[in-house]
Amino acid sequence: MFKKALCLSVGLAALAASTPAFAQTEIAWWHAMDAELGKKLEEIATGFNESQDEFKVVPTYKGGYAETLTAAIAAFRANEQPAIVQVFEVGTGTMMAAKGAVYPVYQLMQENGEPWDPSGFLAPVTGYYSDTDGNILSMPFNSSTPIMYYNKDVFEKAGLDPETPPKTWAELETMGRQIVESGAAPCALSSAWITWIQTENLSALHDKPFGTLENGFGGLGTEFVFNDELQVRHWDNLKKWSDEGLFQYGGPAGGADAGPKFYSQECAIFMNSSAGRAGVINNAKDFEVGFAPLPYYDDVIDEPKNSIIGGATLWTLNGKDPEVYRGVAKFFTYLSQPEVQAEWHQFTGYLPITNAAYELGQQQDYYAQNPGSDIAIQQITRGTPTANSKGVRFGNLTQVRAVVDEEFEALLAGSKTAQEALDSAVERGNQILRDFEAANQ
Amino acid sequence: MQAKRTVFPNKILPYFLLLPQLAVTLIFFIWPALQAVKSSFEREDPFGFRTTFVWFENYRRLFIDPLYLSSVGKTAIFAFSVTLLSMSLSLILAVAVNRVLRTNRLYTTLLVWPYAVAPVVVGILWWFMFNPNIGIAPYLLRGLGISWNHRVDGVDAMILVIIAASWKQISYNFLFFVAGLQSVPNSLIEAAAIDGAGPFKRFWTIVFPLLAPTTFFLLIVNINYAMFDTFGIIDATTQGGPAQATNTLVYKVYSDGFIGLNIGSSSAQSVVLMIIVIALTAIQFRYVERRIQY
Repeated sequence: MFKKALCLSVGLAALAASTPAFAQTEIAWWHAMDAELGKKLEEIATGFNESQDEFKVVPTYKGGYAETLTAAIAAFRANEQPAIVQVFEVGTGTMMAAKGAVYPVYQLMQENGEPWDPSGFLAPVTGYYSDTDGNILSMPFNSSTPIMYYNKDVFEKAGLDPETPPKTWAELETMGRQIVESGAAPCALSSAWITWIQTENLSALHDKPFGTLENGFGGLGTEFVFNDELQVRHWDNLKKWSDEGLFQYGGPAGGADAGPKFYSQECAIFMNSSAGRAGVINNAKDFEVGFAPLPYYDDVIDEPKNSIIGGATLWTLNGKDPEVYRGVAKFFTYLSQPEVQAEWHQFTGYLPITNAAYELGQQQDYYAQNPGSDIAIQQITRGTPTANSKGVRFGNLTQVRAVVDEEFEALLAGSKTAQEALDSAVERGNQILRDFEAANQ
Repeated sequence: MQAKRTVFPNKILPYFLLLPQLAVTLIFFIWPALQAVKSSFEREDPFGFRTTFVWFENYRRLFIDPLYLSSVGKTAIFAFSVTLLSMSLSLILAVAVNRVLRTNRLYTTLLVWPYAVAPVVVGILWWFMFNPNIGIAPYLLRGLGISWNHRVDGVDAMILVIIAASWKQISYNFLFFVAGLQSVPNSLIEAAAIDGAGPFKRFWTIVFPLLAPTTFFLLIVNINYAMFDTFGIIDATTQGGPAQATNTLVYKVYSDGFIGLNIGSSSAQSVVLMIIVIALTAIQFRYVERRIQY
């Protein structure tokens, strides 16, 4: 017994001696990136830790986006919050309203003497994450936008030109029918994120409002209006195609089953975030993948508008030592370097956050060597953004998205028409907005 | 020797010895429950900066919300089906094992295994088998001409969670039934057999009534299980969907509170659940403790 205790204390002493003489300041970073993306994120943290020896960023995976946000909020209430938390764009409204909890990034960088140039970021990114005074509140990190992936082999088998993906929904329907009828694949289309891609982005692309007051950018009094002609027509189509077998539903939120349907060559076309690129390339072993912008209704709009942003930003939470914030600011500077950004962007399919990272990719000849890798950038930067296409910002949007998913499921099950489902989604969504407004006044 | 008399002259010591248990109960049960009651009367932003006392607004909204009322109905269907399915299957298994003399230890051990599996793992297991894309069950069902898709079809989803939740509970019920069967006196059964009663008659007129206390106890436990302990299974299989078809009361507390960050409503719902639990426990104590007599 005594021997054991002796061994233990000697071991502990050795351990204590091996740590450096000065203490590193630890910076907790909670994130929601799993699999390929998670590994890459940890590489970034390691890269920063090795570049200096004052600070140590400790990334922790906290589950999906919704779980990460909830965990951070619960931790904040218990005064155990991390210095940095990754929050998805859906949580932006919630975070912006929580003024006492957040240390705005522009302020953080200025107060800690780090360089900060908002104009260096891509315009849609700055536009989405700035408050009404034009200040960026959170550090852009992984921004994405939905694109269309398609199976070139199946296109060829169906007698279609694999280099000509459908441009419009009408073309997609015709091609989809040809794919299914020719037996090239049992299903034409599957989609992740029904709410984000087939409702929010659909509205933006066609320059139709999703909510009043500039899609919620104008204040908490906003109301949803996405039960209009265009959205009803599109949901009607999806229901019709679902009944015919052209479209297969992949589940709520991120649509866990949608990707596998594409990878197993059951569905020929897959709509997902541009950040799905790494996963798609990894999983699509037996066929060639094509990349294309999202389709549109050419009788509604001639030139589709830009698509809107998804993904997440890094929020700094209040209540830590000044020393920690000095480290956070240094880390954000490291993160904005074109080399770090470009590598993250090229590996994951997220947008290059800064213009410099995009230019670096062009210099490296990356986009020419990887056809389709700049579809997302071109799609999100095309034309001039309007009030309807600069994004959506609503409080409690996580809840609203769940409601929209439920109503979509009710439509597919045949218990509601598209108009009824969207009316009900708008009505229930507005109730959630009023709750948020009441809780934040 | 005096030490044999267990009288403590010290008046404070008993309380001191009780203190750890009381502290655990207060800190981990009573305190959070009171917190829930408190926040059920409030409206609060997620971070807790602004809190408004709103009286019974959260409750009022709950009871006029058709989705909450339908969730009550869904929970009733779910609890009833899980209780019926898992209890009847485990009774059949227990009777069967009870008749086997030599290997009944082996069967008992094997049948108890599922109880050791964590609820989330159970959920994943059934999610995998019934996955519309890659699962074996939909594949086999398609051969029979049945199209299975619990992503879209609410009835399919409900069947899935009922099967998964029942499977997990069979082991527990089985153990109690086996113990109950072993306490049925053999002399009664033999007497009936001599009088010419067949196996079915013997079961329904002798064994089943004598099992009544066990059955009643299990009934309460199973209802409690189905209503409150199946959160992990639902989260891993359907997440309450599609279109809230499997959104039971306890899952709704989680999704409204932790995903939706609506703490007021979530607290009000958990207070309602708390009242249901108290009622069920009261019934259990009143009737089970007294034992059913025939």
